[in-house]
Amino acid sequence: MTDTYQKIARSQAEYARCIDDDRLEEWPGHFHGACVYKITTAANYRDGLEAGIVFANSPGMLTDRVSALREANIYERQSYRHIIGQPSILFEDAREVRSETPFLVARILQDGDTDIFATGRYLDLYKLEDGEVKLNERTVVCDSSRIDTLLALPL
Amino acid sequence: MAEPSTMPKEDRSDAQAWPAEGLTRVPYRVFQTEASYTAEQQRIFHGPSWHYLALEVEVAEPGDFRTTRVGDTPVIVTRDSDGEIYAFENRCAHRGALICLDAQGKGKKDFSCVYHAWTYDRKGNLTGIAFKDGVKGKGGMPDTFRMQDHGPRKLRIALLHGLIFGSFSEQVPPIEEYLGEEISSRIERVLGGRTPVVLGRFTQVLPNNWKLYMENVKDSYHASILHLFFTTFELNRLSQKGAIIVDESGGHHVSYSAIDHEAGKDQEYSRQQLRSDSEYRLADPSLLRGFDEYHDGVTLQILTVFPTFVLQQIQNAIAVRQIVPRGVGKTDLNWTYLGFADDTPAQRLTRIKQGNLVGPAGYISMEDGCVGGFVQRGIAGASAQQAVLEMGGGEAQSSESRVTEASVRGFWKAYRSNMGV
Repeated sequence: MTDTYQKIARSQAEYARCIDDDRLEEWPGHFHGACVYKITTAANYRDGLEAGIVFANSPGMLTDRVSALREANIYERQSYRHIIGQPSILFEDAREVRSETPFLVARILQDGDTDIFATGRYLDLYKLEDGEVKLNERTVVCDSSRIDTLLALPL
Repeated sequence: MAEPSTMPKEDRSDAQAWPAEGLTRVPYRVFQTEASYTAEQQRIFHGPSWHYLALEVEVAEPGDFRTTRVGDTPVIVTRDSDGEIYAFENRCAHRGALICLDAQGKGKKDFSCVYHAWTYDRKGNLTGIAFKDGVKGKGGMPDTFRMQDHGPRKLRIALLHGLIFGSFSEQVPPIEEYLGEEISSRIERVLGGRTPVVLGRFTQVLPNNWKLYMENVKDSYHASILHLFFTTFELNRLSQKGAIIVDESGGHHVSYSAIDHEAGKDQEYSRQQLRSDSEYRLADPSLLRGFDEYHDGVTLQILTVFPTFVLQQIQNAIAVRQIVPRGVGKTDLNWTYLGFADDTPAQRLTRIKQGNLVGPAGYISMEDGCVGGFVQRGIAGASAQQAVLEMGGGEAQSSESRVTEASVRGFWKAYRSNMGV
């Protein structure tokens, strides 16, 4: 139990650091298996509405998100600082773990303006393989339905 | 100095400032001043225009309700037991508090203000006042007070292919007349005879005046320049034919593109040479493997209704967008992503995947969230200067070329007509 908890906390810390350090090319590598990544809102999640602000269900879709940000999309230079809370283990058996983890993301724009950009929780599904936790699905549930200006970098 | 007495004081500076060139110039101050903003609330948002309120399916049953805004004005939309849809101002007739605090709900029999429990039926009529007759014969409202003389302002309602529009104006023409046949038929093309399903709702907070977003969405000139997703990944496999439609008022427009099979052959030929040079491809092109929904080859249709409604078809990504001003330099863009009740699971997944194209993180709409802010910041010291809108000439008419600002000029034509400037 404790072991799993620590592995998930470590995985989440590495995930956040990858984004905040602008190593986006490594971000898809944090996903395995089904590679489901979705950003939605608490209201949509509560009401069972399926659409996401971002939705991916393959390694390629994750890679394409990064390529588009690097090569195609236009947005002001910015970075995030993720503050990740303690994971709650919602379910665990020999094969998989479901967890919920609160986060706070500050967005720092090039002129130095820093705002709380998003708060919410990661609803994660990890598969246990060879003693390791492998992130298969992450649903990012933002507390607010309002997104300031645009959402470029992944949460 | 003689001035028209009918013009409110706050309009004068803008009226004087409008450049002699007419539709091809827009004075920047209309994006910057409280005076313009205040006048717009009265002349446009309470004027003879139709404003998108909600979808019929969002208030499907009697007692279902949603709260929204028409400009600054908070509004309740609900369905009564007679099956009809009603909308009224979300403002208690007593002391002005919001009557309803929730964004949406079901099973509402009446609406009671939390402040003093003045109560309204689902048509917006005042039906109850706490302690109206006082307590033990003392206090209470005077005998001369008639509840029927008091109530929040009611909106006229127009329903069109599942969309609910409202207006505070008695002068607004019927919706079909307001839109004209060409615009109406393009709404019908997307929504007619179908039951929409809400797939998600997101609000994008834009750091700019509401009119800068409306200009952007009507601007077919910027699409291939600002939005590089399709060109970077070489996704325009066939050359596209398209056109824009601007209605007579100028305020409503449609921009569309369709696969042109004849031109497509040539394009495909030249593409072969391009292909080897290009570095970028989608790793998962299934994003754009849509289904033929409308059988007319049209892969993109962006439609606006003056002043603040957008209906979008980008391949199979269908959405309505409602634009709500939140102050001179701040605007809420409310996205409602749609599917339809008869979608197969595979079709539904396609819509969810193509949702990546639009919204606050959209591959081809992300830039629209920030470019209005670039203008708002760029013009900060240029109140006396003006924007130039001469691409495609000076008129505001339909055009077979999309390299035109005709529909942007159309917006200003309708704006000036409504504002009297």
